[in-house]
Amino acid sequence: MRRALLVLAVGALYVLHQDVWFWRTARPLVFGFVPVGLFYHACFSVAASLLMWLLVREAWPAHLEEEAERGARPRRRD
Amino acid sequence: MIPAAIVFVYLAVVVYIGVFAFRKARGKEEVEDYFLASRSLGPFVFLMSLFGTNMTAFAILGSSGHAFNNGIVTYGLMASSSGLVIPLTIFLIGTRVWALGKRFGFITPVQLFRDRWECSHIGTAIFAVQAVLLLPYVIIGVMGGGTTLNVVSGGVVPFWLGGAVVALVVMSYVFFGGMRGTAWVNTFQTVLFLVFGTVAVAVIGWGMGGFRSAAEGLLASPASSWLLTRERVPPYYFFSYTFIPLSAIAFPHITIFCLTARKMGQFAKTVIFYPVCIMAIWLPCVFLGVMANRAQDVPQIKAKVEARRTLAQQGKQMTPEQRDVLREKADADDVLLLLLQRYAPLWLAGLLGAGIMAAVMATDSQILALSTMFTEDVLTHYGGKERFGEHAQVQMGRGFVVILTALAYVIALQAPESIFSLAIQYAFSGFAALSPLLVAALFWRGSTRWGALASTVWVAFAVAAVAVFQAAVPAPAPGPPLVVSRLFGLDALARTAGGTAVFGFMPVVPMVLVSALLMVVVSALTPRPSAATIERYFPASRTR
Repeated sequence: MRRALLVLAVGALYVLHQDVWFWRTARPLVFGFVPVGLFYHACFSVAASLLMWLLVREAWPAHLEEEAERGARPRRRD
Repeated sequence: MIPAAIVFVYLAVVVYIGVFAFRKARGKEEVEDYFLASRSLGPFVFLMSLFGTNMTAFAILGSSGHAFNNGIVTYGLMASSSGLVIPLTIFLIGTRVWALGKRFGFITPVQLFRDRWECSHIGTAIFAVQAVLLLPYVIIGVMGGGTTLNVVSGGVVPFWLGGAVVALVVMSYVFFGGMRGTAWVNTFQTVLFLVFGTVAVAVIGWGMGGFRSAAEGLLASPASSWLLTRERVPPYYFFSYTFIPLSAIAFPHITIFCLTARKMGQFAKTVIFYPVCIMAIWLPCVFLGVMANRAQDVPQIKAKVEARRTLAQQGKQMTPEQRDVLREKADADDVLLLLLQRYAPLWLAGLLGAGIMAAVMATDSQILALSTMFTEDVLTHYGGKERFGEHAQVQMGRGFVVILTALAYVIALQAPESIFSLAIQYAFSGFAALSPLLVAALFWRGSTRWGALASTVWVAFAVAAVAVFQAAVPAPAPGPPLVVSRLFGLDALARTAGGTAVFGFMPVVPMVLVSALLMVVVSALTPRPSAATIERYFPASRTR
């Protein structure tokens, strides 16, 4: 369930990237000089960072590290 | 010449860092130390260096140049989509590549593919496509270096000399310092650019009389108001760009870099902070690129705006050659540097020029990656590891660094394409279409070497086909695309002012989808690797 919600969150953010609602307008100018379409995508970047934090917290593949540390590394097979 | 002098001092510092890394590694002429810094990078260096590796001339000069001519859409096209897709791929793929590298001792992605799919020559085919696609990326760095030194010195240092200086500096610290030197230099450069980038925004904003008036000025004129919206960009085109960041993890230098972390925990901070790091660099570059349209008191900028306007108004009546001349004039890869020259005091322009130079020189990782690949995937693989020994492999790697840098420099002097289009059209789309190989190798037991070969051949064919098509059909004037082929009442293939459209999408979309489809279909029809190999990669004991 938790994994499904995370996948859904990633999918939702991907869809939100296509912000057709700010396509043809520059106003309002946020802080008086940042077009709203640019401001939206700056906020999108922050949201992506928060989503990554959530992924790291909830879905970190710790088993990979355990496998890597456990396995005495043989040299590759050339 | 003061700014140029400061930039030269900066270049000397960078060389010293590389030599310092060489001294630290003295006595350790081991393959893993030279090519992977002994898999020992800590969290800060790992984040800053991985991020810096992606921030090339394309990101800095190309982004502000693209924003100058296309507006704020540049940020949505390249930065915010990268901020989602790249850390996601590092999280899903990078961590797995690191773990397998640690377990099996891989140094290059082709070694992983060869072992995973039990193949030899197919791995060589993958190597060949990767190497051909990566070379343009290296050329971009040399071109960016030439442009930067030329502008910062006010034209005193010619393009050819600037490119030569940058190529020599990069070659020196990669030659001596290997991965450790490259990572340290990248960290230093990224910090430098983040600090000076912030200063640049403040200084240029102050010089322009505040961004508020500049933004209002742009909106007041119909000739420039569209730059603050995305009204001239088709939604399909915008959507297509979300496929481009898939290239990041498939670039061999990024895959190889994933092997350098000391612990897997180092990926966590990188994944979390990557989107905001991208924002910190791209937002000012894109914003300044757009605002530069108001700096018409700079003669070079005024000439660019006029060339763009002429192209838009009279382009249809012109020959392809005349349009190319105007495109060349409107090319704005140097716009950020021109703003610095106009609005920053001399000494500060030098420091900021050094900051830009820092980003431009991120090409070092690509040179090292190519050298690693040639040494490990070809010479050592076919010649035999025991025959050469560790010391000889390191020396071969250094030899390749020299040869590749010289080759990139010679090509950079001949190449007429702008930094931006060269990168996007060939390297980025190609590597994005190679990403299904990594996904299949790491996540799908049923993937086979023949599926990998089919995807690789498709990528090579598709990249070549796009290049041939664009060479054969000249770019039309800005406006509606030139439709070459129609299917089911839709525009199947069209030549646009900026490239190619397939059913309205950029070529990267069909390239990635067909590559993934071929991997699935051909793998389903061909025999899998042995059960022992599959068990090593997907242990039955794994619970998650």
